[in-house]
Formats: sequence, structure tokens, C-alpha cells
Amino acid sequence: MEGLISIGIRSIFIDNMIFAYFLGMCSYLAVSKNVKTAFGLGMAVVFVLGLTIPLNWLLLHYVLNPGALSWTGIPALASVDLSFLSFIVFIAVIAAFVQLTEMAVEKFTPALYGALGIFLPLIAVNCSILGGALFMQGRPYNLAEASVFGFGSGIGWLLAIVALAAIREKLKYSNVPKPLRGLGITFIIVGLMSLGFLSFMGFAV
Amino acid sequence: MKALRSLLDKQKPHFAEGGKYGKFHYLFEAAETFMFVPDHTTPAKGVQVRDAIDLKRYMMTVVIAILPTLFFGMWNVGHQHYIATGEQADFLTKFLLGAKLVLPVVIVAYTAGGIVEVIFSLWRKHPINEGFLVTGILIPLILPVTIPLWQVALGTVFAVLIAKEVFGGTGMNILNIAMTARAFLYFAYPTELSGNVWTYLPVGSKTVDGYSGATALSVLNEASVAAVDVQNGAVAALSDSWYPDLFSFGNMFFGAIPGCIGETSTLMCLIGAAILIITGTGNWKIIFSVFAGAWAMGLLLNLFAANGLGNAFLGVPAHYHLVMGGLAFGAVYMATDPVSASQTETGKWFYGALIGIFTVLIRVFNPAYPEGIMLAVLLMNVFAPLIDYFVVDANKKRRLKRATV
Repeated sequence: MEGLISIGIRSIFIDNMIFAYFLGMCSYLAVSKNVKTAFGLGMAVVFVLGLTIPLNWLLLHYVLNPGALSWTGIPALASVDLSFLSFIVFIAVIAAFVQLTEMAVEKFTPALYGALGIFLPLIAVNCSILGGALFMQGRPYNLAEASVFGFGSGIGWLLAIVALAAIREKLKYSNVPKPLRGLGITFIIVGLMSLGFLSFMGFAV
Repeated sequence: MKALRSLLDKQKPHFAEGGKYGKFHYLFEAAETFMFVPDHTTPAKGVQVRDAIDLKRYMMTVVIAILPTLFFGMWNVGHQHYIATGEQADFLTKFLLGAKLVLPVVIVAYTAGGIVEVIFSLWRKHPINEGFLVTGILIPLILPVTIPLWQVALGTVFAVLIAKEVFGGTGMNILNIAMTARAFLYFAYPTELSGNVWTYLPVGSKTVDGYSGATALSVLNEASVAAVDVQNGAVAALSDSWYPDLFSFGNMFFGAIPGCIGETSTLMCLIGAAILIITGTGNWKIIFSVFAGAWAMGLLLNLFAANGLGNAFLGVPAHYHLVMGGLAFGAVYMATDPVSASQTETGKWFYGALIGIFTVLIRVFNPAYPEGIMLAVLLMNVFAPLIDYFVVDANKKRRLKRATV
């Protein structure tokens, strides 16, 4: 239990997808103009990350890893190593899940669907999602830990994007020099925000 | 006074728009309004506000509120030097030595920040106001006295440029400017801002036996690593200092301890807080809730320590947290920054309390940083707009509900 809490805190604050790994930056910068949309996209990322990582964990440990197929009982399969397929399998799972999310969002919140536009299907290529799966592959997590890690990473991403969106809403009252308006100032803001998030670096949990 | 006024009046047309020196209008205006109440009035259309105080006088009040910590810091710099070398010195000697060391830092910060400010004001045509006087004095006060002057200049330029001017100048930044300068220097030049850099000791000076330049927080950090009694180990480590009663509660409250130039004295910070609150410049809710948040978090950690959990740092009595390090200074002068703090009244409670809580959490659980207030303030600056968003949103919902009934 303590290990799970520690992984949760770690993935939300310390190894934040945005401020520690700079993953998922494109949609982070593009969809952070107002809090409501940012919250919607953030929730979609939480959902996709939280469900694809445990799914990918299952695939990794029961299909892809060397010797993972031994549960089938067929001796010929026991020695097969399919881990070279992991990238393509992970991406396929993620793409399928994003399709599902897209259908759900379109059905239940059409307004949000319109606001997110192209960025909803683009979650499929959001680097934080594949990044999360690959981090999971490299770390000795069990299923519960992998799920907590997935949800935690998603929540960290959500926190980062709503914070940025709130700042950008406030920024409408600022007088930013013309050449910096738009993405330029956003990059500077993200840099300054990560200065604040450095407080978690090195936390003993 | 009259002569000055007439001199300014004579020069004024030259600096007006289209005048000989029209480009330097804001420079002239800054000098003029520094001494006299500005004469421009609100146009006939628009909001009419009649008040003797404007942004310039407001910022000047903050500068005055900072002065007690500055003068105390000067004395303390000298005091720390003389107790480290074991020499006897009277009040004036200590103060003069401190002034000799602190004033160059202040002057460098003002000059570097002022140059950036003037360049931007000429280019972007925005008025210069006393806000930069506040930033320029806060930056030296949160640096150790031994810092190389070029780093002071670099940090100030970085903060004024990146944290303030790219957002359009005073009132538009998102992070506290002085804290940004310190964080920048802290991560760029860690050797000059951590360790035993707090006491001025010129090369070749002798120190007394057993001298250590560590701050109270770094003493505790060491104690938390060493296996000492969780419940009482912290107080024991603090009272076992090289100079009698250096880290007693009373002395830490008074502030004759090693630390950044202005942060050591909780007493002086409280005097500053009184000036800010009475004049209505600083927000008492933020100051109070920072202290309350830190104290409550300290008490909670004490509960763990009472059961023998964690390390010695958890057992630090909660009220010690309020007088150690820069918590008081950060609460009074940094967290209350009206631009980067929460704007809503309810939000201010959350904003302040979270700063206090995070400060104690970073101190206790993050061995990488002995002090937490700097990063806690920056972190909550990042989240202040979000807190405001939720407060405003809740208010909207509440009023909508009432409207439909």
C-alpha cells in the first residue's frame, strides 16, 4: 500500500510528464487557451493513460516478454520473445482506446468534442501516452503499480494543463511584446512553471 | 521645493509628446512623480477614482516596510562575522561592516534592474514606477552576503527580463520577480547559494573552535539523516550549537542567526508586516494563513514523530518552523505580492495556507533543499490563477442558483 501511494505521488508531482519529461507538449501548448477545454482534454488523457497502461502491462507480461507465452502450455511458444513488437502493440492499443474515448466524448459532451477538435484523435500520438507505456515497460511494476502509475501520470498532466490554462486566461490582461504573443510567451510560462515544480525534485517518498 | 517644481515645469514641455526629448517622456515622468503627486487626471469618460495613493506611493510603502529587515540584516552580517572570528565588537562596528558588505549588493541589484527597466520603458513606452525599487531591494535581502556581485546582476537581469518585462511590465507578471531571481541563481550557481556561505569570512581569517556556518535548517537536515531520537533529536541538535544559544527559539525569533541577509529576523518581518497591514498594502489573510498553514503542518508531523515514525526533522516543534529560515520573510514580503498572489478573497486563504504547508513539506521531506519557502511561493504562484478560477466559478454557480429560485 505504501509503495502504491509513493508511486502515485511520484508520478503526479515528482516525475510529472510535462515538467520532468516534457512529454505531450504539442497538445499541452495548443489546447491550453481556456480552463474548460483544458480540463476536458486533461480528463481524456487521464482516462486513456489510466486504462492503456494496465492493458499494455497485461499484453507485455502475458504475450510480449520473452517466455511470457508459457501460460499457454505449448512448449514451442514458451521460448518465444515478441518484445520487438512492443512499440506497435502499444500504439495499436492506444489508438483503439482513443477511438473509444472519441466516440464517448462525441456522444455525451458534443460541446467539448467541438472544442477539442483535432486534438482528441491526436491523443493517440500524444507522446506522454506512449511514453507512459514505455516507462512502464522499463520499470519492474506489477499490475496494481502500473495502474496507479498510469492514473497518476494522467492526473499530473491534467494538473499541469489546467494550471497553464488558468495562467493563459489571466494573461489576456498582460501586455506581451508583439513578437512573443501566442506560443512564444507560452514557452516562457512553461519554463517558469517548471521552476516552481522543481520543488518536488528530490522529494523522499 | 518650489524651485524644484518650477525647474521641472520648465523642462516638462521638452519631454511631452512631440517635444525635443519626447522619447524620454517616461524617464522624466518617473523622476517627476517620484517627488510630486502626478497632475494628470482621469479623462471625462471612464472610471473616476479619487485617492491619494497610487501605484507609486503603494510601492514606496512596501520599500519602507522592508527597511527594518534591511537594517537588521546589516547589523546581523557584522554580528555573524565577529562571533565567528571570536572578536569583540560594539554595535556600530558590526553595523558598519554589514553596511559595507550589503550596500554594494543593493546598489548592483538596483543598477542592473534599473537599466533593464529603463530600456524596456523607452522601447515599449510604459511608465517606470517604484515597483522596481521593491524588487531591487528584495533580491539582495534573499541572497547570502558572500554572493559574487556579478551573480546578483545576472539574477536581477534575468528576473526583470524574463519574469516581468516579457509579460508587459509591472502588474502583469505571473511569478514573484524576486523569488524568480533567487531560484534562477540557486539552480544555476548552487555552490554560491547553499552550504556554508552565510557568514562573511575573508580569506585567511581565523574562526573560533568548533565554528560551523550552518543554518538552523541545515543542522536539522543533518540530524534527520543521522540516527537520532525522533521525538527530541531535533531540539537536541539545535541546542548543541557552537555558539551559546545560537538556535534557541528566542534567538531565532530575534534573528541573530546565519542566513540570507534579510530573512533571519522574524521580529523585523513582523514589524514590516504591521506596516503593510496598517497601511492596507499587504494582505493580512495571506500572511496569517501562511503562518497558520506551516504551523498546522508542523503539528501534524509532530504527531507522526510522537509515535516514533520518520526522522528527527518530523519532531521539530511546530512553532520552530515559523522562526527558522525565510518563512516569515517569504510570508510577509513575497507571498503578499499583489500581482502573483490569488486575487480573490477566498482564494487568498487557500493560497497562503498551501504555501505554508508546502514550505514545511519541502523542508522535512526533501533532503535536496534545506529551505522550502522559495519554491513553495513559486509553486503557488503557478497555481494562484487556477485557485481564482475555481473561486470565481463557485461564486457564479452559487449566484445562478439563487437567481433561478
